[in-house]
Amino acid sequence: MAGLILQQLVIDVPGRASGTPLDIHVQPGQVWGVLGPNGAGKTTLLHTMAGLRPARSGQVVLADQPLAGWRRKALAKQLGLVFQERQDGFPATVLETVLIGRHPYLSPWQMETAQDLTVAREALQALDVAHLEERLVSTLSGGERQRVAIATLLTQAPAIWLADEPTNHLDLHHQVAVMQLLTQQAAAGRAIFMCLHDLNLAARWCDHILLLYPNGDACWGPAARMLVPAALERLYDQPLVTVEVEGAPFFVPRK
Amino acid sequence: MPRLLLPLLTLTIAALAAMVLSVSYGSVPVPVADILAVLQGQGSELQRTLIMDLRLPRTLSAFATGGLLAVAGALMQVLLRNPLADPYVLGLSGGAAVGALTMMLLGLGGLFISSAAFAGALLATLLVFGLAHGMGSWTPSRLLLTGVVVAAGWGALITLMLALAPAQRLPGMLYWLMGDLSYARTPAPALLVLLLTCLLVIPLGRSLNVLARGPMQAAALGVSVQPLEWTVYVMASLLTAVAVTTAGSIGFVGLVVPHMLRLVLGNDQRLILPACALAGGTLLVLADTLARTLIAPEQLPVGVITALLGVPTFLYLLSRSR
Repeated sequence: MAGLILQQLVIDVPGRASGTPLDIHVQPGQVWGVLGPNGAGKTTLLHTMAGLRPARSGQVVLADQPLAGWRRKALAKQLGLVFQERQDGFPATVLETVLIGRHPYLSPWQMETAQDLTVAREALQALDVAHLEERLVSTLSGGERQRVAIATLLTQAPAIWLADEPTNHLDLHHQVAVMQLLTQQAAAGRAIFMCLHDLNLAARWCDHILLLYPNGDACWGPAARMLVPAALERLYDQPLVTVEVEGAPFFVPRK
Repeated sequence: MPRLLLPLLTLTIAALAAMVLSVSYGSVPVPVADILAVLQGQGSELQRTLIMDLRLPRTLSAFATGGLLAVAGALMQVLLRNPLADPYVLGLSGGAAVGALTMMLLGLGGLFISSAAFAGALLATLLVFGLAHGMGSWTPSRLLLTGVVVAAGWGALITLMLALAPAQRLPGMLYWLMGDLSYARTPAPALLVLLLTCLLVIPLGRSLNVLARGPMQAAALGVSVQPLEWTVYVMASLLTAVAVTTAGSIGFVGLVVPHMLRLVLGNDQRLILPACALAGGTLLVLADTLARTLIAPEQLPVGVITALLGVPTFLYLLSRSR
């Protein structure tokens, strides 16, 4: 079975009740958005779904096999993650950074081939950072770094994309460009699952929504059913005004 | 590939040149032609003894020790993701020194000192790792802090031993603490370890590149983080233990050589690690040549020379780097 399946999954947020166990099937072609206030566990959920953090209970299944049974290298070809926080460690150029996305495909003795280089350069092109190829990542702006991180995932080319606030630091045009890229990837048969802070981006681009409440409660389903003002007001504890623009709801915080 | 080969080739030539210089230079100069003759089994009896029994073993020991320290330093810096890490930062040399000095205090020499130093270094490694592991999983900052504190403990023990030592044993102990290659007569083990390490780190190189971006990112890109970190830790500890056993504690090589190379060659571990082996070796060979010739027949501690050579070079490279 394709896609990523959460079975009775309870993420481990210290000091919080278990709340609603998640039973979600993230299918190829779908674009999922996770909404929730700060501290609701969005990042923890993504890390758990990538097998980087143990769940409190339940499991995440990929191709009939729980993540725990996967070898990391094989898993990295199927599932990738854009982190919200990145460590720079040692200085590296943009091209070097994006090229590490090929790591799971290369044997220990192998150097990157010309083809790997092409994949990496195409990813840089797609994210509009090709001109920065030789720059050190540490000298880039926040938005440029964010695009380099997404280009790295594009280079990794997994079937399942997890992204932690992929539009962070991006200007309006690049927010749209990134959301378009993600929906194109979904249309090409990949499954996209991302955390977002911007309700309106979610409303415009996501077809499925998961609402995570700070107390561990959760509800999920098709976007049209989830993005209702009452649920969102309770989620953020913030009164909203809703208008309709181009057939999609548009949410503005009430003063 | 040429991107990797050119720097390594240059460094190999530099290393060979340094070794030839070191073997030919000294109280009795030996021309290069005579060195080649001796290596082919010819030459006078005196030259054969001088080169095969005295200078060549010392030069090779210096090369191996420098290479080991530089590679260990580079590995520690990736493992701890801290550019200030060096092979001694986790208290390895302290443990080794306490072992070696104990033997010297007891009046034992040679093999006892080496084995006690090796045992001390490994004990220090286990101690730091055990303590840093503590209740939960270890983090680089926790490992680093534990190491620094344990090293301070070893430092106090060393000072205590120096204070209690009889006057005639002090010079030997001090020389050991500052690094001394004059008793390094068997380069084979250290050279072998260095060679094996180079073969082992090349396939690990790309994984280390990924690990340098943090454990989570590395895991997401298919690196089995924990086994890799263990391998690197054990390897760096063993390399340091072998180096300290060969030549006492020589500071600075492990910290400065990897950095100098990174400033010039970038951060690809597949290039940096073998380059460290060559450049660290070259630096120590040159330093040791100076140490035994500057005020001949007296010898200087080689650790003083590495620092005197390394500090200005490093500062120069740092000031003109991007």
